[in-house]
Amino acid sequence: MSAPRDRSHLTVVRDPARGPVEVTPCPDGPLLVRGAETVRDEEGDAHEVTRPVVAVCACGKSQRKPWCDGTHKVIPKR
Amino acid sequence: MQPPTARGALSEAVIGALTGSGRQIRPEDQAALDVEAVRAEVRRRAAATGNGAADPLRDDDLQLALWTCYELHYRGFDGVDSGWEWDPELLAVRRELEAVVEADLRRRTTDWVDAALEDRGDLAERMFTLTGSFEGPPVAAYVQRDAGLAELREFMVHRSLVTLKEADPQSWVIPRLVGGPKATLVELQYDEYGGGHAERVHQTLFGDSLEACGLDRAYGAYIDHVPGSTLAVSNTMSLLGLHRRLAPAAMGHFGAFEASSSLPCRKYAGGIRRLNLPEAVAAYFDEHVEADAVHEQLALRSICGGLVEQDPGCEREVLFGAATCLFVDAVAGEQMLTAWQQSRSSLTIPLAKEVVA
Repeated sequence: MSAPRDRSHLTVVRDPARGPVEVTPCPDGPLLVRGAETVRDEEGDAHEVTRPVVAVCACGKSQRKPWCDGTHKVIPKR
Repeated sequence: MQPPTARGALSEAVIGALTGSGRQIRPEDQAALDVEAVRAEVRRRAAATGNGAADPLRDDDLQLALWTCYELHYRGFDGVDSGWEWDPELLAVRRELEAVVEADLRRRTTDWVDAALEDRGDLAERMFTLTGSFEGPPVAAYVQRDAGLAELREFMVHRSLVTLKEADPQSWVIPRLVGGPKATLVELQYDEYGGGHAERVHQTLFGDSLEACGLDRAYGAYIDHVPGSTLAVSNTMSLLGLHRRLAPAAMGHFGAFEASSSLPCRKYAGGIRRLNLPEAVAAYFDEHVEADAVHEQLALRSICGGLVEQDPGCEREVLFGAATCLFVDAVAGEQMLTAWQQSRSSLTIPLAKEVVA
């Protein structure tokens, strides 16, 4: 298991039509977020959620932040 | 879609029966399909496979015959009676073709399946290890760095076989699942099918990409151009999707497919931009970098992991499906790459030279 990471930069805005936001961390992988309307990145920019579940980068190395792009698979595990 | 052009005895038997030499015939008029002759021919090839003299995955004729049988379950062919879908004689032929392919896949994936069964960690972790450590041909790296426009267009043509019906082979599996795996598969398919927006259906996005690089977006337009190994990529999905017996393998296949997608898609998008193609061509691949980073987690953890929780006995089948996905894709990729490295077309009929709009 990886060490807990700082996710203080992550802000999730709930989609009122979809009930509570649900966040599921994947071991050595992204955070799966259900029920969000937008996800704010480190710069504070809001990104619209356009799919039923989104994977939010947790390794910090994604080139499509705030979204996961699979890069965690090619970096050494912490 | 027009029926394809036969490439040998087996596809001739199947396509000839469906089209009756050009006129529309109905299954009940048959006499057209000689099941015994097909059976004898398939068994002859199966015997040759056993001693290494034949490779069903590279058998253009056999794969085309099987693809034609399967296509009756998807969208069918212009001028072919839809009753053929459930014609017992044709199903008997399909079963012969499937048996030789499935036996070959099981034989050739055993080592990977055994290794993944013995590996440590939960199923998702072992499946990520399997997909991450499987050494396939470097098609994505080649497209990213070296491919010319003609090769990129060929790549799109190969890819069109499965991508213009993307997600459809997995939809057959939905009624065979229960509980968590079912809920997750539908959640994932909803994304594949555009989340309620027709223009975002992944099949449509790929059609847009084809069009933007000057290719025909019509379903089945390139069927006569692709080799058996590319048809086999499509056929494997249909084989696993259409048999309830193979539902766990279908989901294992799906998991491996998603888990071997986002990183390559980034490279494909990179190659497309290097060639200065319109952004619409890259859009499909950009979408899949992001979508498949979600889908791989859902497919491996919630669907495959959930299936094995429900029935620990299906683990081997899930891993068989995963190894099959990687193996079949590698065979097709290898044939494509070898052709390009020898400066020839990877298609059975090369594309006409066209200027990209």
